[in-house]
Amino acid sequence: MSNGLTRREFLQYSGAGLTLAVVFAPFGLRLAGAETAADFRPNAWLTIHPDDRVTIIVAKSEMGQGVYTSLPMLVADELEADWARVAIAVAPARDEYKDPLFGMQATGGSTSVRHLYEPLRQAGAAARFMLVAAAAKRWGAPAGECIAARGVITHKPSGRMASYGELSAEAAAIPVPADPPLKKKGEFRLIGSPLPRVDTASKVSGSAVFGLDVRVPGMRYAVLARPPAYGAKALSSNHEAALKVPGVEGVLPIDRGVAVWARTIEAAWKGREALAVQWDKGVDPALSDKSLREIFAAHLGKEGLVARTEGDTKAALAGAAKKIEARYFLPYLAHATMEPMNATASVTKERCELWLPTQNQTGAQGLAIKISGLPADKITVNTTFLGGGFGRRFEMDTVEEALLIAKAAGVPIKVVWTREEDLQYDYYRPGNAALLEGGLDGQGRLVAWRMKVAVPPIFERVFPGMVKDGIDLAAIDGLRELEYEIPNLAVEYVRVDTPVPVGFWRSVGNSHNAFTVECFIDELAGAAGKDPLEFRLGLLKEHPRAARVLRLAAEKAGWGTARPAGRALGLAYFHSFDSRVAQVAEVSLRDATREIVVHRVVCAVDCGVVVNPDTVRAQMMGGCLMGLSAALKEAVAFADGGSRSSNFGDYRILRNSESPPVEVHIVESDEKPCGIGEPGVPPIAPAVANALFALSGARQRELPLRMAARG
Amino acid sequence: MIALVVNGKRYEADVEPEASLLWVLREHLGLTGTKFGCGKGICGSCTVHIDGRATRSCQTSVGAVAGKAITTIEGLPADHPVKKAWFTGEVVQCGYCQPGQIMQAAALFAEDPRPSEEKIVKTMDHNLCRCGTYPRIRAALVKLAREGGAP
Repeated sequence: MSNGLTRREFLQYSGAGLTLAVVFAPFGLRLAGAETAADFRPNAWLTIHPDDRVTIIVAKSEMGQGVYTSLPMLVADELEADWARVAIAVAPARDEYKDPLFGMQATGGSTSVRHLYEPLRQAGAAARFMLVAAAAKRWGAPAGECIAARGVITHKPSGRMASYGELSAEAAAIPVPADPPLKKKGEFRLIGSPLPRVDTASKVSGSAVFGLDVRVPGMRYAVLARPPAYGAKALSSNHEAALKVPGVEGVLPIDRGVAVWARTIEAAWKGREALAVQWDKGVDPALSDKSLREIFAAHLGKEGLVARTEGDTKAALAGAAKKIEARYFLPYLAHATMEPMNATASVTKERCELWLPTQNQTGAQGLAIKISGLPADKITVNTTFLGGGFGRRFEMDTVEEALLIAKAAGVPIKVVWTREEDLQYDYYRPGNAALLEGGLDGQGRLVAWRMKVAVPPIFERVFPGMVKDGIDLAAIDGLRELEYEIPNLAVEYVRVDTPVPVGFWRSVGNSHNAFTVECFIDELAGAAGKDPLEFRLGLLKEHPRAARVLRLAAEKAGWGTARPAGRALGLAYFHSFDSRVAQVAEVSLRDATREIVVHRVVCAVDCGVVVNPDTVRAQMMGGCLMGLSAALKEAVAFADGGSRSSNFGDYRILRNSESPPVEVHIVESDEKPCGIGEPGVPPIAPAVANALFALSGARQRELPLRMAARG
Repeated sequence: MIALVVNGKRYEADVEPEASLLWVLREHLGLTGTKFGCGKGICGSCTVHIDGRATRSCQTSVGAVAGKAITTIEGLPADHPVKKAWFTGEVVQCGYCQPGQIMQAAALFAEDPRPSEEKIVKTMDHNLCRCGTYPRIRAALVKLAREGGAP
């Protein structure tokens, strides 16, 4: 096995982390049974118990994207397991559970199925191979006559049968095959089926354990007083007053603020108030919406680093029959996961345990080693359900706070952030500006494209090793992959430095680059006097997958047919995380308020082989609506050197009444699986902006979209 | 000591009357299905029923509900039509807001088993979801209303 330890090594490792896990069976919840010596564990990913139960390990975090269902489907299909007898267990943080391409145990980049499609199928196939071999041996029959189906091996000629559980001990004695044969298309029993999510039962009953729900004996709640401005230091704080609050047990100044812990969360909040921390003005007291806007605008005037260049863009622009230029501006965005940030840690001299709603187990483990001073084998990382992730829970800030405070307090600590803290101390989707120039020839063909994007870097902080030639990969997301066939093309990146922390936000740089690219393509279509769909298709002659989703979305949305009065369609396409997604939005304006109403969205996706079509539909819908929320409503507010967004009252997100139905059409494809968690986000903002242009003739070049009142 | 009747069971909690019902449910009673989302009564994740009415528990003091019938997600029967509609509608994603969504919807259907789509959307409009499950929530409830509140 490529992923693996030997069975003996694995058994040595398998300790509390596996057995304490609550497992989720397709038909309900139960605790993982005690493991017995007769269990068959061919590799790190699955166990077959003598009573025919199958436990499959999931090493990716469930944050809504359905990995607790889709990843076990991969193992179970190749294993020919009886899905009704499959339960899952959540992987502890261990080397064998690291993502084979990332080299770390983490969930992000819409990679779970992409990176594990082969390894998990191999894990299931190896076990099936061994079970078949064990049955063949028992019956003295050729393996080719022994057929595995739904948890049972049948010897076809004689009709003899044995269940996986009955064969578990014998199968364990068979050598693990290095390269087990995998099923071919047409042989899948689960892959491609819309199996219901395995986590619905616990999420509907209220028993699902999110990070905030973890209760550890003796646990105390910790909160932090945090600086109102970036880089501000505490000038004074009244520790005595905080300690006098009933229930408060300790105070600890750390880098990010002053921590208070107490017996209840409400006592901790009162203690924080009693601290009455006085702060200095921070590193940039003048930082505000206006100052940031000026910084971005100024950076568009600077020369950038060339991230992609083809042909001679300068000459082609100079020689173009028609040239247009536009500037775009997008705000900082918060993740606003519905579960506020939290982390629970216990640090003693002997061991360290973490309970986390995290996307980054390897990061948490590394931080625990650093702060506790203990070796990896004394550290346990338990991953709970994540009440939303979207990239925010890749960050280690809350985990670090819990470890530092738990170490000082000597009792288990749960750090809880309020919604206000969540919105103010986020690693935001960076604000950015873009300058685009396009040149058309006499026939209205796009012959030159120059794009400069000014944006703060993300990789430099998170993955500095991935920054090459000074180019931040997030900044140019989707631009190197831009498929439009333009003979002269240049993409430049201008790095912007501000004190505002930035990080991965669902679809990362694609979330802003799709808006600028797809709006500007529409502008060029207009300048060329062409239909936006036809204009795009004319630039995608060598890109059939792109053209196909564009045509499909357009056809299903009724592109080119008459719309009801006062409504218009807008179209956008983007290629991200290997997937191709086109979306068409139908919009109107409310008469009195000019408020934007999105009536429906039609989405077409080519994401290669589909593991669970219902998950794909749900993720396309969810991504699209998160993108729509940003398009219509969201912008972090800055003033006096810090963030001023405080709660859902001023950082507004999409509501039920504002949310259109999202009709998803999946292209049948034999290509390798592509990402689905993020690619639904990028196209919707430009689709809506393009629809508004079609409706009103007013071109929107900023988000969130605002229609000016009628003059 | 405050006496609370939660899911038909009587509890005594050693808390001040002004303590928030949300945190008393979660910390003292161990009923963690009711979620903390915003602490300001804006997002609806903490929705419970007080004498059958959908109420934001983060904005409710325990003193104000002593002796009243409090129902949390754990107390809504597993075969409740709204819970069943969540299964058939394959609604959940991350799941964090869903207990609040379900409690909000259950209170609506208790009062009106055949609400119009307009009434459904209006009633559900102050329960926020970041995963984008709104269309499936709407579809599940519209279907339930069509079936007279009993799927």
